Amino acid sequence: MRLLLTFCLTLLLTAPLDASAQKTPGRQGTFALTNARLVTVTSDTISGGTLVIRADTIAALGTNVAVPDDAEVIDCTGLTVYPGLIDSGTRLGLVEVGSLSETRDYNEIGDLTAHMDALTAVNPNSVNIPVTRVNGITTVLAEPSNGLLPGAASMIDLHGYTPDQMHRSFTGQVLNFPSTGRRGWWDDRSPEEIEKQAKKAIKKLSDVWDRAELYARIDSAAAAGDRRAPTYVPSMEALLPVVRGEQALIIKASKASDITKALEWAAARGLTDQVILSGAQEGWRVADAIAAAGVPVLVGPVLSVPTRPSDRYDKAYANPGLLAEAGVQLAIRTGGAENVRNLPYNAGFAAAYGLGKAAALKAVTIAPARIFGIADAVGSLEVGKVANLFVTNGDPFETTTQVQHLFIEGYKLPLESRHTKLYDEFLNRNPGVTE
Amino acid sequence: MTRLLLLLLFVLAAAPAQAQDLLRANAPNDWLITNATVLTVTNGVQESADILVQDGKIAAVGSNLSAPEGIATYDASGQYVMPGIVDAHSHIAISSVNEATAPVTAQVGVGDVLDPFDVALYRALAGGVTTSHVMHGSANVIGGQNETIKHRYGVITPDALRLEGAPRTIKFALGENPTRVHGEGNEVVPQTRMGVEQVIRTTFHKAQRYMAAQAAYRNGERDAPPPHSERMDVIADILRGEVLVQCHSYRADEIYMLMEVFEDFGVTNYTFHHVNEGFKVAPELAAHNAGASIFSDWWAYKFEVYYSTAYNAAILTKNGVTTSINSDSPELNRHLYHEAAKAQHYGGLSDTQALSLITINPARQLGIADRVGSIEVGKDADLAIFNRHPLSIYAIAQRTYVDGVVRFDRQNDPDDMRLRVNPERPVETAYDWSDTGKRHGSCMQGTGLHATQRGLYLK
Repeated sequence: MRLLLTFCLTLLLTAPLDASAQKTPGRQGTFALTNARLVTVTSDTISGGTLVIRADTIAALGTNVAVPDDAEVIDCTGLTVYPGLIDSGTRLGLVEVGSLSETRDYNEIGDLTAHMDALTAVNPNSVNIPVTRVNGITTVLAEPSNGLLPGAASMIDLHGYTPDQMHRSFTGQVLNFPSTGRRGWWDDRSPEEIEKQAKKAIKKLSDVWDRAELYARIDSAAAAGDRRAPTYVPSMEALLPVVRGEQALIIKASKASDITKALEWAAARGLTDQVILSGAQEGWRVADAIAAAGVPVLVGPVLSVPTRPSDRYDKAYANPGLLAEAGVQLAIRTGGAENVRNLPYNAGFAAAYGLGKAAALKAVTIAPARIFGIADAVGSLEVGKVANLFVTNGDPFETTTQVQHLFIEGYKLPLESRHTKLYDEFLNRNPGVTE
Repeated sequence: MTRLLLLLLFVLAAAPAQAQDLLRANAPNDWLITNATVLTVTNGVQESADILVQDGKIAAVGSNLSAPEGIATYDASGQYVMPGIVDAHSHIAISSVNEATAPVTAQVGVGDVLDPFDVALYRALAGGVTTSHVMHGSANVIGGQNETIKHRYGVITPDALRLEGAPRTIKFALGENPTRVHGEGNEVVPQTRMGVEQVIRTTFHKAQRYMAAQAAYRNGERDAPPPHSERMDVIADILRGEVLVQCHSYRADEIYMLMEVFEDFGVTNYTFHHVNEGFKVAPELAAHNAGASIFSDWWAYKFEVYYSTAYNAAILTKNGVTTSINSDSPELNRHLYHEAAKAQHYGGLSDTQALSLITINPARQLGIADRVGSIEVGKDADLAIFNRHPLSIYAIAQRTYVDGVVRFDRQNDPDDMRLRVNPERPVETAYDWSDTGKRHGSCMQGTGLHATQRGLYLK
């Protein structure tokens, strides 16, 4: 009983401390990572190199780089520097505890909520964020998910104290393409019912897009002074940049026939050049069609079961490799929130089952940076790019590998999270057993 | 016609189990596996070693073994052999999971609803899993009995899946699931963790009286036995140590509570499952010799797992707790070797410590360590062969043996491994996991609730 009491007190005392002390502040400055192996991703790997970080930028890198006088030198002998990993589809920062609706902010009510902006609901102080970045993940796509047009997804860096500080420029609309797949064992609709509902949803999408195009035409006419502005409709207003070809449309589709329909729909609406496919779990079935359309794919989660009972057991692992083989430009997504930290392992499985290590590394660095149009800033180690990078003692996909240093926007961040702090406290708990 | 059908049934029922194996009916269970790196788990690593399998058992392990003429051989040069993986927590291969109608349902058991046709059995084999502890769900404080099975995918009689002689086990569940289903859902106790404790204590007290009445009848002190209760018989067997408790739990306080209850009732051999806050009471778990069967890194999907750490396996192991990593999912069970490897990332466990988490430790927790969980002479020839060290992210399972029979072979297996196709469903079901991700576990199946990454929903 005494033990129970002590224990409860311990819990009470540690819990609030734990919650309030999630982060030690990071710091910017001038850093020189010396004697390092530099995996630039976009050009050759450099051995025995130096990489200089000044403020938020990679100021220099190479073998003949002078260490600035004011630099804090970090000897990276035996260590490797990689560009920060990018997860191309998550709910990170938009949810804290999965089962508690009061902590879920990615699913607004309604089918047509394109005016929702995920960036608004990103919690910079989410406990999940440090847990993620200590595995080398520096940038993720935070996306809303319910309904037909759930809103805008935003790219965020995993450090900052306001959503704007975290925002990594990309914003794109999400479209959940009407699905004919099942969502889980609880989804026991008949095939006919599934077909019927999907048909209805496609009709709705068609109507919505007719309206959006009309809204854009009226809006343009109004801007040219030809008529008065359309009656303000928030979701239609939010779709204007997509309809006008100025913004990306992330179409989520996984079943082969849904992907095909999505590509046809995008072509019919003149959107093909803006479309990015997401999910694409049966992408391998229609890889040639995706490649022919020239549409990039955010594929995953890789650690997933096959979509159909008749499919080979490893199809989800092999999917990225098969897509790449067909010539599809791809990046990897986990679709996760609290376990986005498993992105390197999703990439590792993709590598092992056909994608190969080099392509898998690209699929979580430069490939997504290019797909999202942020390759001028992130995705590789290049002079002038933002200092989003991490230092390891080995292959970043191997589980034994440990991250040694982490920089996001030039901030050297402590490798701490709730998980490390609980380890530090409880590995050798004091008191231990008291009888 | 009826007579013909009866005859057919008779033939089916009378045929030996082997004849009812749709995939490996005539497959050999004698093998010589040569030149492998053998990860025995209990006796170090043997380089360039052979394994001789006879009658489905490991007959010898060593260099340059001699074998009977004509024995099937497998050249495992450059490959790694580990013991078949034991998944201590699964809900595959059963047609129902929860009898969610009362806080105590010890009388039911998932052994009555085994489904040998579940393709998940095969997919786990393709990840090196040979034994699964198939469990009742977590809706009830004292749920149903579980079943320990072997992945003999191909057999079509449910009985042929059972691991013969495995100790009986039963599912308990603490915390949010039973309080939500019964307290919040049906307004019966428990609604709180206080109520959970009293459900268990009350049930144990009743069982003690039941046993005392039975004893009194046997001694002639009572004219009639107590009215038969299947439920009480099972609870009594828990108190006698004949049924091992496998308890779903998360928070440190509830874990501690159950250890106190068990101490009061003399229950000694038990394992906590999930046990996300086990690390907080690791010294107490070790002192009670209680097992912990955990997830590698699942957390934050509900409030009672918010104060979790992926270092749980390392803290528990380093505090002397017999720890295993389980799947609770038809996705995770396909790469438990990778889940075990995460304990090296989070806390730096050795190769042997990490492999123990999915082999000998779960075998000990289930009371089957004399049969499986390590590569030792005399044990079942349940072996998983990988092209690289299985703790590497790049490892791919090549072959899986169950009782010496090759049940998975990456080189020789067709894509479609279903044993049965439903002719009334011409359109094959296609699932879209991209949003629900990997957490499509089913421990709340049958309760009317289901968990997705969008939260809990009523079916």
